[in-house]
Amino acid sequence: MLSRIAESMFWIGRYVERAEDTARILDVQTQLLLEDSTADEETTCRNLLSVMGVDLPEDQAVDLQSVLWLLAYEPTAPASIAGALGAARESARRARETLSVTMWEALNTTHRHVATGQFSRMGHGNSFRWVRDRAAMINGAADATMTRDEGWQFLILGRTIERADMTSRLVATAALAGGVGSAWSSTLRACGGHEAFLRTYKGLETERGAAEFLLLDRLFPRSVVFALSRAEQCLDNLESGQRAGFQNEAHRLIGRTRAELEYRPLADVIVDLPAEMERLQLTCARATEAISNRYFAGSEGTHWMGGRT
Amino acid sequence: MPRLFDDYATGQAYDEMFDADTAREPYLTLSRSFADLDPDDVRARVEALQTAYLDQGVTFDIGGEERAFPLDIVPRVIEMETWQEVDAGVRQRVRALEAFLADVYDAGQVFQDGVIPRGVVTTSSHFHREAGGVRPPNGVRVHVSGIDLIRDVDGHFRVLEDNVRVPSGVSYVMTNRRSIAAALPEAFAHHRIRPVASYPQRLLAALRAAAPAGVTDPTVVVLTPGVYNGAYFEHALLARTMGVELVEGRDLQCRRGRVMMRTTHGLEPVHVIYRRVDDEFLDPVHFRGDSLLGCPGLIDAARSGQVTLANAVGNGVADDKLVYTYVPDLIRYYLSEEPVLKNVDTWRLGDADAREEVMDRLHELVVKPVDGSGGKGIVIGPQADRADLDDLRRRVMLDPRAWIAQPVVQLSTVPTYVDGTMAARHVDLRPFAVNDGNRVWVLPGGLTRVALAEGELIVNSSRGGGSKDTWVLASSSTHPVPREEPPTLVPLGRPPSLGPAMDELGGESDDQQQQQQQQQQQQQQQQSLVASGTDVDGGAAC
Repeated sequence: MLSRIAESMFWIGRYVERAEDTARILDVQTQLLLEDSTADEETTCRNLLSVMGVDLPEDQAVDLQSVLWLLAYEPTAPASIAGALGAARESARRARETLSVTMWEALNTTHRHVATGQFSRMGHGNSFRWVRDRAAMINGAADATMTRDEGWQFLILGRTIERADMTSRLVATAALAGGVGSAWSSTLRACGGHEAFLRTYKGLETERGAAEFLLLDRLFPRSVVFALSRAEQCLDNLESGQRAGFQNEAHRLIGRTRAELEYRPLADVIVDLPAEMERLQLTCARATEAISNRYFAGSEGTHWMGGRT
Repeated sequence: MPRLFDDYATGQAYDEMFDADTAREPYLTLSRSFADLDPDDVRARVEALQTAYLDQGVTFDIGGEERAFPLDIVPRVIEMETWQEVDAGVRQRVRALEAFLADVYDAGQVFQDGVIPRGVVTTSSHFHREAGGVRPPNGVRVHVSGIDLIRDVDGHFRVLEDNVRVPSGVSYVMTNRRSIAAALPEAFAHHRIRPVASYPQRLLAALRAAAPAGVTDPTVVVLTPGVYNGAYFEHALLARTMGVELVEGRDLQCRRGRVMMRTTHGLEPVHVIYRRVDDEFLDPVHFRGDSLLGCPGLIDAARSGQVTLANAVGNGVADDKLVYTYVPDLIRYYLSEEPVLKNVDTWRLGDADAREEVMDRLHELVVKPVDGSGGKGIVIGPQADRADLDDLRRRVMLDPRAWIAQPVVQLSTVPTYVDGTMAARHVDLRPFAVNDGNRVWVLPGGLTRVALAEGELIVNSSRGGGSKDTWVLASSSTHPVPREEPPTLVPLGRPPSLGPAMDELGGESDDQQQQQQQQQQQQQQQQSLVASGTDVDGGAAC
């Protein structure tokens, strides 16, 4: 498979997942701001931006509208839904010949709704649900029509790395919100796992339980460990047939981080969750870099110095 | 611009929002929010509300047909002070009814002390000898209750009836809140409303606290009659939000006095059953032999203390409409307190004196069967014709014990959106209380049911009633009280990783090479266009 195509597939996976997760987070957070009138809008909004890695000058006032603009509607920001969907479509255009028609169309229609402004006119609640629906549609189209070749592996690899990254951001927010019980349950709801959690833990909501579920659950598809294991599997499939060790730096990084999470006592992990999550995000970034070097290097083209012009 | 409330007319009843033409205090903020809205906008929001309920499947069943539960866009607001009284009154009532039930199914001291005739209880169709002598593990029989309240002409809350068997409707309290918050975000943001979302956790805690002695990690289940039950949506919602199994009778099995559920891993013990099946259907061994909804042996398992049924069997004697008339006395007797919430004036038609007083005035009274529910069998005198009244009189004389009479209570009204305008419609209120054995907790708010037809006084959903979101304000001031703890600021996280396509979205890619590539690709394109356009001689352009 062409490196360039592989790279596109990887980023389609990441961008679609990013759009979906951002929509989930915004949906829950806006609802929370509405329902809990004791919450301070400025603080909540600023925290939300920080978690998503958006830097704003200290003196600039932040309210819900500006957060929604930055994280949902601004067409070019890397952390916004509109930006992620646009980039996903742009990546898909470069790999169009390898994508199945249904998947391309799912991506393209989604992008068109964003580009024509329909997305921003839907109203928050509806627009976030729409993003979730579209992501499900794109993922479903991929699942139903793509051959499980290398392209597929890269798509899933991108999706799972992004998912681990986003879940770790959510866990960090909940941990920072501290003793307030609702922070964890809103995080669980953002992951779409509140009910699954309640069933698993027999309705007993504890911080420890929620952290364990979001970090370590082997069956819940949005837990960090689940996402990292899937990423490992993909890398393994890409490098099949190794007898000893792991040659791939990304594989080593992800495997080591997952093992660190799984094989340490939970108490150890949650003692300083924000720092732990920071390390996890660093792993995801490094792994991405390693994957780029290993598989995509050179696809940006060689620039000849000199020669005929 | 026409305003929604311009034509609003209050009737004879107490209107909760308006005192003549001015909005009452708790509604000031809300009426301002509505004044800012364009009527067309409101119409769009009402439509969105309806679709949302259909999409979410927030429904109830009438005669096998699944319908969306009508939710009105105007919430009902109750200020903190009024709510405190309701809260205290409901707690008091539940404690008295608990004490009464414990007494009825044990020594019956209350009869010997002459507070209530034994006959009143033993003639109730809900009195079950099977429940006699059963002592529930933590002493709780009324784990969940719904006390129906109305607001009289002076604006005072009064108790209309008690529900301590299987009160339903709490699920709508939770779904209503979520939907109204989405439909009226502006108004919502300007109020401090006490949240209702913690109900499932409270209920689960109470159910776990009721587990048989010695069980440290009890298995709780919700027992539903099945998908055809009118309240199935609620059963599923409660099981889902509590994270417990929703079982039907056929999923359960009694073995050696223990209740087990059939799972893929064989039989697993069940310790607490929050049952939403009526007493009569619960156990074919003791009650209706043809019941397919229950599980044979359940009562014996409960009697032997192996399983807890919530609510307990036989609770129906406490919410019998005849016993209702004695509840103020029961409160004085058991708690040595004066009732916080008064009853609606009621005549017991079983008493000869009362019957004499009432029989000639049936046309101005409401007559209710004592063991009815869902508004069934109620005759409203002023709305009935002569034939109805004659028929009623005959039926009352046949079995006077089965009837009570009340004056026509003008239920209070709240503005309700009907066909594009606001109109006064009658409402009641069902607060829900959960008893975990240590204290009775009342869900702030409860279900406000509204009769959607003009002048209609029966609010039951089975008779075409809808509901309203009920806002209990957390403080009387309209300005939110700032939180005490300093806000915690989250440190800046890592920016999201950037892939190739993202760079170009901005349009100002500073990557020189990429620009060149783009230019060259475009040049190439132009050349080929020019080539095919001018290459007439070649003749091969196609």
